[in-house]
Amino acid sequence: MSLDIGGVSFGSRLILGTGGAANLNVLEQAVRASGTELVTVALRRVDTAPGATGGLLDLLDRCGVRLLPNTAGCHTASEAVKVAHLAREAFDTDWVKLEVIGDERTLLPDGVELLRAAEELVADGFTVLPYTSDDPVLARRLADVGCAAVMPAGAPIGSGLGVGNPHHIRLIRQSVDLPVILDAGIGTASDAALAMELGCDAVLLASAVTRAADPVAMATAMRYAVAAGRLAYRAGRIARRFHGLASTPDDGRPDL
Amino acid sequence: MLTRPDVAIVGAGPVGLAIAWRCASRGLRVAIHDPAPGTGASHVAAGMLSPVAEAYFGERELTALLAESAARWPDFAADLAEAAGTGFGYRTDGTLLVGLTADDLAEACRLWAYQQGLGLPITLLRPSELRDREPALAPRVRGGAVAPGDHQVDPRRLVAALRIAAERAGAVWRPGAVGGLSEVDARVTVVAAGCGAAALTGLPIRPVKGQVLRLRAPGRGAPDFRHVIRGYADGESVYLVPRDSGEVVVGATVEERADTEVTAGAVLRLLRAAVDLVPELAEYDLVEASAGLRPGTPDNAPIIGALPGRPGVVVATGHHRHGIVLTPVTAELVTELIVSGEPAPLLAPFTPDRFVDTGAPAPASAIEEETCN
Repeated sequence: MSLDIGGVSFGSRLILGTGGAANLNVLEQAVRASGTELVTVALRRVDTAPGATGGLLDLLDRCGVRLLPNTAGCHTASEAVKVAHLAREAFDTDWVKLEVIGDERTLLPDGVELLRAAEELVADGFTVLPYTSDDPVLARRLADVGCAAVMPAGAPIGSGLGVGNPHHIRLIRQSVDLPVILDAGIGTASDAALAMELGCDAVLLASAVTRAADPVAMATAMRYAVAAGRLAYRAGRIARRFHGLASTPDDGRPDL
Repeated sequence: MLTRPDVAIVGAGPVGLAIAWRCASRGLRVAIHDPAPGTGASHVAAGMLSPVAEAYFGERELTALLAESAARWPDFAADLAEAAGTGFGYRTDGTLLVGLTADDLAEACRLWAYQQGLGLPITLLRPSELRDREPALAPRVRGGAVAPGDHQVDPRRLVAALRIAAERAGAVWRPGAVGGLSEVDARVTVVAAGCGAAALTGLPIRPVKGQVLRLRAPGRGAPDFRHVIRGYADGESVYLVPRDSGEVVVGATVEERADTEVTAGAVLRLLRAAVDLVPELAEYDLVEASAGLRPGTPDNAPIIGALPGRPGVVVATGHHRHGIVLTPVTAELVTELIVSGEPAPLLAPFTPDRFVDTGAPAPASAIEEETCN
């Protein structure tokens, strides 16, 4: 039942990002309430200087979660590769959430640059988790170059629009033999549950929790939503019918 | 000063200087330790007095303190103007809150509804009302609100005025750097050292970098807008603070970093947002780009009160984004604490012991924990 990525097992299928958090105390409570075991942080957003204390990294260390450095803010393959190497130095991990933004307004990924960077980083020994679009062909190409998972966007980062093209997420689920992690677009708990019902192995979200009016309550909601969606996926849902079908059959009723 | 001071202040920013002034005015012997007064966060700060615009989800106690201090500002400003004999850019024109795009407005409306729900003075405006109040706003600004009680002051001039007031009241300078509290000899030591307070006290205070620009209206006239303007422009949070001198302060980034470098990307984003909201700013001179370090705390609220386990040490720091607005209430309550020995009830949520006992907040979930995998 556990989630396996790059040879590491996780009990929780919820991955959190920290971007947008207004208050470190609340963020810490939210991380704990979410039950997450993996948290992504942007190298550019944290101070990794020796002696930096009281900040985000201390907080995550206290929570006992694994760090997943990301290349947020990169626009070219070469920039992303460089940042990934800096992150490996700074965080002492070869895991990287690879993000190469192709468009400033939608923040959708640049597939061409992403694939190039992924190929190079895999060759350099990284465990690469690429943030990709919901394109099943690109997802397969990323799997082919040796990524450890694929992370399609449900909708643009920070939009809270949910899963825009559920069919493509299903197609990605079928086209790669890797963990599929829905990354970006989640607005509320039902979005996360839907992603899991579509067969995703995990959900990564940040804003939906960090920018909620009550981040701790939303983190708790996401924890249950991801667990519920996973259970429902495995439970095997009933077929959709055009008309109703009584759940109590007519036969065998007492003749009064 | 040959006699031992009653009060030693470590850190001559607005908070430290105001405490020095208030204590000295009460007849206490005050020494101020700082090798470079007024060069910390306040030198970069914009000086917004914004209890309403700074009211954020889940921070009700902090919001109440901001409102309390903002309410003390008029008397504080009048006293200081008299004591120092100089002005410091205290202005009460109010603040306009705006959203550039539909997305920006939706984001802003969520917060305004929360602020209204707290009973804070903020009123939504129709687009025409918004432009009637501030014709310099870009026509494509989608909507806004007014917070008439959110005012401003010029922090650099405030520091200058507080220095004069503190000196006139009898405070004396100790220009050496303080490496540890044992180097300070006084009945009470007040640590008002901003980010420097972390090393002196062990409290969880971290630097939160902010990059800020200063523009100047051409011809050195006053800017064509009177209100502080703050809002969202294509997802970027920005504020514009106009001064009588022609200066407009544009800020600010919020970065979990400890350096004070100015980056091209931050300048670009701040300028783009500023010009999107007020197009004429493109014609202004770019006079200064600087970065400062806010003393942030885990709950974004200041740390004010006696330091547990260190008799005679009082802390007044961790003011994060709110140092200027919180200067009066901090100075007055710390002075009361020193004079009477009793902390005011207002300080209860902000005392250092909230961080000293465990070092970390207790985990709390909104609902009961259950096994669910």
